[in-house]
Amino acid sequence: MAVIKKKKDKALPAVNTSALPDIVFMLLFFFMVATVMREVDLKVSVNKPQATEIQKLERKSLVTYIYAGSPRQKYQDKFGKTPRIQLNDAFASIDDLQPFVIQEREAKAEEDRPMMTMSIKADKSVKMGLISDIKLELRKAQAYKINYSSLQPKNAEALYSSDN
Amino acid sequence: MARNKRAIPEINAGSMADIAFLLLIFYLVTTTMDTDKGINRKLPPIDDELVQDPPPIKERNIFTVLVNSNDQLLVEEEYLEISELRAKAMEFIDNNGDGSCEYCQGYGVGTSSDNPDKAVISLQNDRGTSYGMYVKVQNELVAAYEDLRERYAEEEYGRSYRGMDPEEDKEIIKEIKNAYQQKISEAEPLNIGG
Repeated sequence: MAVIKKKKDKALPAVNTSALPDIVFMLLFFFMVATVMREVDLKVSVNKPQATEIQKLERKSLVTYIYAGSPRQKYQDKFGKTPRIQLNDAFASIDDLQPFVIQEREAKAEEDRPMMTMSIKADKSVKMGLISDIKLELRKAQAYKINYSSLQPKNAEALYSSDN
Repeated sequence: MARNKRAIPEINAGSMADIAFLLLIFYLVTTTMDTDKGINRKLPPIDDELVQDPPPIKERNIFTVLVNSNDQLLVEEEYLEISELRAKAMEFIDNNGDGSCEYCQGYGVGTSSDNPDKAVISLQNDRGTSYGMYVKVQNELVAAYEDLRERYAEEEYGRSYRGMDPEEDKEIIKEIKNAYQQKISEAEPLNIGG
């Protein structure tokens, strides 16, 4: 017995990795549950405004996004720096908005249609002229539920400083 | 024992970890953790018939908030900082000029609103106003109502309004919302300093 013991001490035993799949699966399930698929490739830079009275958007499937902001660096040669609207994966003009909303509404189940929410994700430097145009188009398309996408500020005081 | 030997050999699970890793990495890459939050608002429908004869609202029941293209505020014809807006709006909503609101704690000033039910906040911005400022103003106005509701909930129910469960306390929330009904009206934007 003594001989065998000595042998064992010398060779470094391999680390038991049989629990590794379990750990990885645990992580995997966490990400699968927490994940939201990246739907669009953002072509405009969106630096969201900050607000405290914000509510969570409950059902993701009912939300349609409208992005507004200056085109990103790589698109600036082609599209300039003037703030633009992005719908799905492409730049759009204000006239495209109404058909887009109608199309999105058609794609949803009939009982869900009145609950459809339009989430406006706009950069805080965008002028209200553009946002007002968007709002008018949404009203024309009878999409009345909107949400101004904003971030929760780290502290409430930051809201009142002039730089954001 | 002999039976055991004939049984199906165990499946080699050594590569399971690899497969799981592959999936894990896929989800790690495609995931976006940003939670979607924002200020919920409702747009008014376009209704031509209604516009023709709007019901008269007394001047004192309207709280006008103007934002110009330099992101400056003009509230009730007075220059105001954004940090003062909430208190000012609360004072207006809670004024209780005609004394019909039992839970209000306002001063009852004759030049301010009659009661929360009649008080209307009118917001008008310029086309040159920045969206950031607009959201800030909206936020303050909504916060004014929320703060009043919070106070009302504390006094009537001894509970925090913000901490209530939307399903369980449905009736209470409805009642509180009714006590301080959000009345924020938005006018078409001006185009002065574009």
